[in-house]
Amino acid sequence: MNSSIYDKKIRPSDYVLKGLIYLAAAFSIALLVAIMGYVFVRGIPQITWQFLTTAPSTIKGTFGIAGNILNTLYIIVITLLIATPLGVGSAIYLNEYAKPGRLVRLIEFTTETLSGIPSIIFGLFGMVFFGQSLRLGYSILTGAFTLTLMILPLITRNTQEALKTVPLSYRSGALGIGATKWYMIRTILLPSAMPGIITGIILAIGRIVGESAALLFTAGSSYLLPRTASGYLTKILESGGTMTIQLYLSMSKAQYDAAFGIAAVLLVIVLIINFLTKVLSRKFDVSKID
Amino acid sequence: MNSIVGNSKSKSMVEKSAQVIFTVCAFFAVLAVVSITAYMILSGTPALSQVGIAELLFGTVWKPTAAEPSYGILYVILTSIVGTTMAIVLGVPIGVFTAIFLAETASKRLAAIVRPAIELLAGIPSVIYGLLGIMLLCPAMYKLEQVIFADSSTHQFTGGANLLSAVLVLAIMILPTVINISESALRSVPSSLKAASLAMGASEIQTIFKVILPAAKSGIVTAIVLGVGRAIGEAMAISLVSGSSVNAPFPFNSVRFLTTALVSEMGYASDLHRQVLFTIGLVLFAFIMFINLGLTRILKGGAKHE
Repeated sequence: MNSSIYDKKIRPSDYVLKGLIYLAAAFSIALLVAIMGYVFVRGIPQITWQFLTTAPSTIKGTFGIAGNILNTLYIIVITLLIATPLGVGSAIYLNEYAKPGRLVRLIEFTTETLSGIPSIIFGLFGMVFFGQSLRLGYSILTGAFTLTLMILPLITRNTQEALKTVPLSYRSGALGIGATKWYMIRTILLPSAMPGIITGIILAIGRIVGESAALLFTAGSSYLLPRTASGYLTKILESGGTMTIQLYLSMSKAQYDAAFGIAAVLLVIVLIINFLTKVLSRKFDVSKID
Repeated sequence: MNSIVGNSKSKSMVEKSAQVIFTVCAFFAVLAVVSITAYMILSGTPALSQVGIAELLFGTVWKPTAAEPSYGILYVILTSIVGTTMAIVLGVPIGVFTAIFLAETASKRLAAIVRPAIELLAGIPSVIYGLLGIMLLCPAMYKLEQVIFADSSTHQFTGGANLLSAVLVLAIMILPTVINISESALRSVPSSLKAASLAMGASEIQTIFKVILPAAKSGIVTAIVLGVGRAIGEAMAISLVSGSSVNAPFPFNSVRFLTTALVSEMGYASDLHRQVLFTIGLVLFAFIMFINLGLTRILKGGAKHE
């Protein structure tokens, strides 16, 4: 052995492994750039005013996704209207009321299970339960109910995380000066946890916008805009395909131009949602330091 | 009415009802899981008795619309198992290495580029992965197929929509899950272990692979299990990429997964065919529950060691 301990031993395997580590990271970046680049290059030229503001017309031979955008908005709003109170309430119960024990473990286990169930199973369940048993058929309401189950864990978990970051002293302070528990939750906890709750809601919007398997057999695939004012009200009981569903249908019919147009719109929404959650979590961090 | 100076009777009423409402909210998740389980079992079992358990689960002929229909879903089940395994074998090493990059080797500036990229990858809707699979992966796969099977007279050409294409899409789609969970597992390894290893003269890479990775094992197993769950449940991304007929799961065969069978046939299936599809849903659900239960066991085991 002629090597001194002052010499650095060269290990070829170290370099190979290090190279692989950098290669793996580079792969993720390349993947994202390729996906974004390809979708935008093919998709952006499709996005015109007409593409965004009209429904497809066979008479004029034009294609547009206004109906799908409307359906997506309906589903987002209805789903969140139901899921947010449920999710936030559940998180409040778990964090503030429940005593640790079997019950809490059961609820947390089922919430965890719910988040692990694939969306196609939610789709099947929604189709049979909401669609057939409750006779809602293929409708926006069926889709929204189905998605409520799907995003419930997301909102519960984010609210729970947010509630956990509220210092215990806030609670004891409020209770100590005589506030009741619900008064304390309403005026102290919820406002402090608001950024976390909103992050959960935004993530849920992202999930809903990108969801397709759970909606295919629940919300259906209609792409037309309502004709009358009252049609906008009854629309929730009618079938309505979201943008992702339209994207799927377009691509299974080999209408790739339309598909790429929708894909580009979806990616823009994904980017916006990503940006918003970043901004919010940064704000949230600052409030934690204070 | 619920100000802190309100009278105590109305106050305690409000308090009580608030507590009841929150409790009801919390039980909603339990209710949802119970009713999903019940409905999956109720709608998935009739076909089992009508077709026969063995014939259904172990039959290899899938001809639901033929004059003499045959409902064997063995190849569908095997495809999901083989496809998921292949996607894990491909995706997990890349994912774990990227996690090592983020947690250990990357400078802050590099990590600040890679991490948001992975968050974005996680946010891309699955149909877009499917679209890109059709447009980019399938043509390439078709060329490869033509080269490999140039002399074969028995091979059925798939136009590139085959098991291998679906596996590649799945491997990419599980990356964000695997990376995120593995990274937090690597980060939770106490820095004293790393310091001790480095002080003993081990190189950085040796420390990572011989000290930190083994210490983060239970977290990485969690990442893999979640990756399996993600891959086995994915439907829309692979439904047009994996082909349109049921075959044995060989790389260049056109295949159907549990999920893609549901997506592509539920729309037109009726009667017994439809019931068999619900059985496929039940099989998928059973896999997922099995994975979930395994996961909680792993997490519990991991907690004991710490």
